[in-house]
Amino acid sequence: MVRIGAFLVGLFFAGWLFISFLVGAYSYVVEPPAKTVEHEFHLAPKHVSFSFEGPFGKYDQRQLQRGFQVFKEVCSACHSLKFVAFRDLEALGYNEAEVKAIAKQWAIKTPSVDPATGEPATRDPVPADHFPKPFANNVAAAAANNNAIPPDLSLMTKARHHGPTYVYSLLTGFQDQPAELLKKFPDAKTPEGLHYNPYFANLNLAMAPPLSADGQVTYGDGTNPTVDQMAQDVSAFLAWTAEPKLENRHAAGLATVIFLLIATALAYMSYQNIWADKKKAA
Amino acid sequence: MRRRDFINIAAVSFAGVGAVVVALPLIDQMNPSADVLALASTEVDLSAIQPGQAIKTTFRSQPLFVRQLTEKEIAEADKVDPSTLRDPQTLEERTVDGKKQWLVTMGVCTHLGCVPLGAGEGENRGEFGGYFCPCHGSSYDTAARIRKGPAPKNLEVPKYSFTSDTAILVG
Amino acid sequence: MSFPWAEHYTPKHPVMQWVDEKLPLPRLVYNAIGAGYPVPRNLNYFWNFGVLAGVALVIQIVTGVIMAMHYGANDLVAFGTVEQTMRDVNAGWLMRYAHANGASFFFIVVYLHIFRGLYFGSYKAPREMVWLLGLVIFLLMMATAFMGYVLPWGQMSYWGAKVITGLFGAIPVVGEPIQTWLLGGFAPGNASLNRFFSLHFLLPFVIAGVIILHIWALHIPGSSNPTGVEVKGPQDTVPFHPYYTAKDGFGVGVFLILFAIMLFFAPNYLGHPDNYIEANPLSTPAHIVPEWYFWPFYAILRAFTVDFFFVPAKLLGVLAMFASILLLFFLPWLDTSPVRSGHYRPTFKAFFWLLMFDVLILGYCGGAPAEEPYVMISQVAAAYYFAHFLIILPLIARFEKPLPLPGSITESVLAKYAKADGETAAVPAE
Repeated sequence: MVRIGAFLVGLFFAGWLFISFLVGAYSYVVEPPAKTVEHEFHLAPKHVSFSFEGPFGKYDQRQLQRGFQVFKEVCSACHSLKFVAFRDLEALGYNEAEVKAIAKQWAIKTPSVDPATGEPATRDPVPADHFPKPFANNVAAAAANNNAIPPDLSLMTKARHHGPTYVYSLLTGFQDQPAELLKKFPDAKTPEGLHYNPYFANLNLAMAPPLSADGQVTYGDGTNPTVDQMAQDVSAFLAWTAEPKLENRHAAGLATVIFLLIATALAYMSYQNIWADKKKAA
Repeated sequence: MRRRDFINIAAVSFAGVGAVVVALPLIDQMNPSADVLALASTEVDLSAIQPGQAIKTTFRSQPLFVRQLTEKEIAEADKVDPSTLRDPQTLEERTVDGKKQWLVTMGVCTHLGCVPLGAGEGENRGEFGGYFCPCHGSSYDTAARIRKGPAPKNLEVPKYSFTSDTAILVG
Repeated sequence: MSFPWAEHYTPKHPVMQWVDEKLPLPRLVYNAIGAGYPVPRNLNYFWNFGVLAGVALVIQIVTGVIMAMHYGANDLVAFGTVEQTMRDVNAGWLMRYAHANGASFFFIVVYLHIFRGLYFGSYKAPREMVWLLGLVIFLLMMATAFMGYVLPWGQMSYWGAKVITGLFGAIPVVGEPIQTWLLGGFAPGNASLNRFFSLHFLLPFVIAGVIILHIWALHIPGSSNPTGVEVKGPQDTVPFHPYYTAKDGFGVGVFLILFAIMLFFAPNYLGHPDNYIEANPLSTPAHIVPEWYFWPFYAILRAFTVDFFFVPAKLLGVLAMFASILLLFFLPWLDTSPVRSGHYRPTFKAFFWLLMFDVLILGYCGGAPAEEPYVMISQVAAAYYFAHFLIILPLIARFEKPLPLPGSITESVLAKYAKADGETAAVPAE
């Protein structure tokens, strides 16, 4: 009984799947799916290497400081960084007093309550505070940015495939729409208020090129602030904000794997010992 | 010891050491996290506190009393012979040099941890004019020293320093 | 419950004797995974995976209880508390990554354990109950993993919850009320998150309970072995301890090395970037995909694209997805071949490897976007999946001519070592 029932059920599922396949194949042949403009013009991120890649990678503190400067002077006007606190900046090599000064002088203030009236007020951030958001809420953010809400950047490099290289490519990838694209897909002209960028998933994004000219920021360490350099630095900084424990993780991982290799080798020898008398042709 | 026994013992020992090392982060994760530690010190503005007044604020998520003593309260506190106290301390020892009028203490009764009264306007300050714990009737004097009731110690004075004439940093 | 030649627990120390009289727990352990459990002497490395699954469950429970200490099951704060655990809690990143990757390793190990059972016929009499309980564990694991993936409240969490509970909406008449009841609302929200958290905490302990039943049922006939020939006498077995505890110790070491490499050097490789974006009910990710261990089932779900008369394709997909797991419950009665091990079943063996390949294809298609040619490929692969279990296996069992079996476990072991040692090492019996 079981086998007859199973046979019928199997025949039904397999048979109907096969018919579905034929239907699908027929329409695939008769009407092949059209290539979309994203399929043809979206580009994989550029090749760029960072010091924190690979199993032994470490952050370059000076690069992170430069990237932080780019974030501070360029990105932070629109983008929040809500999961990162000022105190975390000590990992970039700033000392306690410097962090305190950075927090106090931060352009955006931390929301608070007026102790006398209870009305909403603001105060200077302190190191224990997270980075204050540039907009009070999503409605305000959308209203100020042509209906596109600037995403929080804390986790940006973990929230996109190829994280840091993606951010770098996006920042340096703004360009005019290729003539070939407009010839092939006349309807795909970049709409008013959007900007063409082949590294962005649907090719047109609301953000205007944020890094538009060499020397947009002035680095304290004398590094030449080309657009390419600034994009690399801020990408590295955002890799750090997304994964601040990367160096701890790599160090702990190396120690753990070495320990486990020795322990496992011993376990193998012990296993062979114990089985020695059973593993003979006797 | 035979070689094979040695290897077996070494393998088991490695497993044991590994288990102990793994236990460390498992235990450490229950310690205060970085965001909690970041709030381990608090700044208090003293400019609005008049002599005879006290404020109740928080330090490490617990009540902190900051009080400006009047001349009379200082005199009362100094009058007491410390050797007669349960927890002998002078007002000098409980305040910063030259800032004797500023009494900064935790608002945690040393008996069972209730919050004593006396910091708020019009609250019962007990028969010694300092703080009074409503839970079991401990009375503290104007130097927040235990005078009567079950509490064994004076109200704790946290570590603090003056950052200016009108501000202190606690912790 | 055991072979007559099993060693008997005889505590020497008076304290252990006293304990044994009052609560014979050490005796139970001794007979279950100690020297008192005789095990076939010829088990290969594929027999390590049961113990490894137990290790994975322990890792998940320990790291999970810790995650719960720092987690806030509220849709407003859930994402932030997970991030706070990663950033501020001491070793919090380690706990979180261990828990996330631990789930993947649990499934890897359990899939290998299941495939071992499929190839070596471990589901056959007298071990049907072991197989059935194992499937119950597998279903509980899937439920636990699904609900756990919702907890960080990222985009994939939210949309995964929406899609999977939406499957119930395909059931006629009662579907929609069931979906609303499951979610405690009309879309995933705070109520859903709280109940998923509660059940995600509970189910692993239910799994632990069913594992005890699984092992209990195993100990009645005793472990199977790669030849599939039953144990005939004491010469065919060795005590579990120290022989298999030593072998499992080595297996655990290899497992932990691979786990550590993943955990410390590629902790997000098996995850999806979209889950690092906070849940947003107003924006759907471009490709909603479940975690990799659900991909084959997801491919079966999506393979149905044509309505069957009045039955909508979506409902067919849901039924087929559940059927693809439930049919395994009937396996002991579908494959009626008296020979257990795939080693001695040439036709079965060929189709087994075809099934492995098929499942990999299904997995690949399940992770790919719902576009051609992936849908067509998954239709063929899913058709084979059903045909394999429901049609081909019973037919093979009827018509296949198995190879000659060894007379006993010992005979096969001796043949193997004689071959390995060559002519010269044919040492006479001790």
